Amino acid sequence: MDNTLFGYLNYAVYGTAVLVILIGLYGTMVKKSLLKVVIGLSVSDSGLNLLIVAIGYYKGGTAPIFSPGFLENFKSVSKMVDPVPQALVLTAIVIGFGVTAVALALVIRLYRHHGTLNIDEIKNLKW
Amino acid sequence: MKKVLVILLLATLGYYVAGTYFDIGFGQPHFIKGLLPVKDIYLAQTVKSLKVSNAVTSIVVNFRGFDTLGEVTVLFLAVTALGSILYKKMNVLGERSVLFSSSSIVTSGSKLLFPAIILLGFYVFIHGHLSPGGGFQGGVIIASGFLLMLLAYENYSVSHTALSVVESLAGITFAGVGLLGFMHGGTFLQNFLPTGVLNHLFSGGIIPIIYIAVGFKVGAELTGVIYTVLHEKGESNG
Repeated sequence: MDNTLFGYLNYAVYGTAVLVILIGLYGTMVKKSLLKVVIGLSVSDSGLNLLIVAIGYYKGGTAPIFSPGFLENFKSVSKMVDPVPQALVLTAIVIGFGVTAVALALVIRLYRHHGTLNIDEIKNLKW
Repeated sequence: MKKVLVILLLATLGYYVAGTYFDIGFGQPHFIKGLLPVKDIYLAQTVKSLKVSNAVTSIVVNFRGFDTLGEVTVLFLAVTALGSILYKKMNVLGERSVLFSSSSIVTSGSKLLFPAIILLGFYVFIHGHLSPGGGFQGGVIIASGFLLMLLAYENYSVSHTALSVVESLAGITFAGVGLLGFMHGGTFLQNFLPTGVLNHLFSGGIIPIIYIAVGFKVGAELTGVIYTVLHEKGESNG
């Protein structure tokens, strides 16, 4: 940590990402409406993506694209941020979309069957 | 009471998760001293032997190509599961669950914008190995164009047959290009085409072919999802 501002950024970025994950998990655990549970899942998914992308950042790094401008100005590839977490997040976004789509389909199906979205009123879920 | 317990649990979880990341440090090099970080190896390979400009694309399609095939399969499975969960007898087909009247500004505006959105989507996935973007992003843009049309016009319909034909052809292209790698004495998804010149459209070997296939597949699948969910009627008891 050579300057203090960057040190605070450490807490700001990771803290925000973890906070978004926790907000999503809170919604999933506390809310009664099934739609809000699905929204909570989606929010915590976004937070995780933010966290994974943040790990790949290197101080002063540029986007991992070998544009003509980059090739002229920089000689070393170590001036780039890590592309591996970005590729993993691309996968994670697609999987998150699949999860959300199937969860919403199940919610629609439950609503069709029970006529309500409140999990307290859907008795079949309890054993 | 329950809320307090949940907040306590999440606070504990968040404290330890965040603490781990604070130890790593934001923007700090976190690899063993003296060894080359793995990203430098990937990046050097990307620019030297693969001739791909966008390193994320080269990792998604080349280094982790098999993983991407699995990812596309997961997306396909999700769409199939959506269709089978929401399956109903044919009597409600053609009826929209969301009924509204859109003004003439929306209808004529979306008619103007639709070709431009589709063109942008094609651009994004054809240039996936040169600029930010790629097959998944381009496919989502194409699906958003269809979403705009479905929202603007009440009886706009997309042919399910055409969607499944496009989707299957794209999937076959991906797997077929992967299998062609065997014929050139290599492994599955081996890059067997000439890599060309860096920052040119025809570069990167099989990467543009695979990403175009992924773009068509994702576009068709997402359009199918939107269409299925929009035509879902929530009132009756299934």
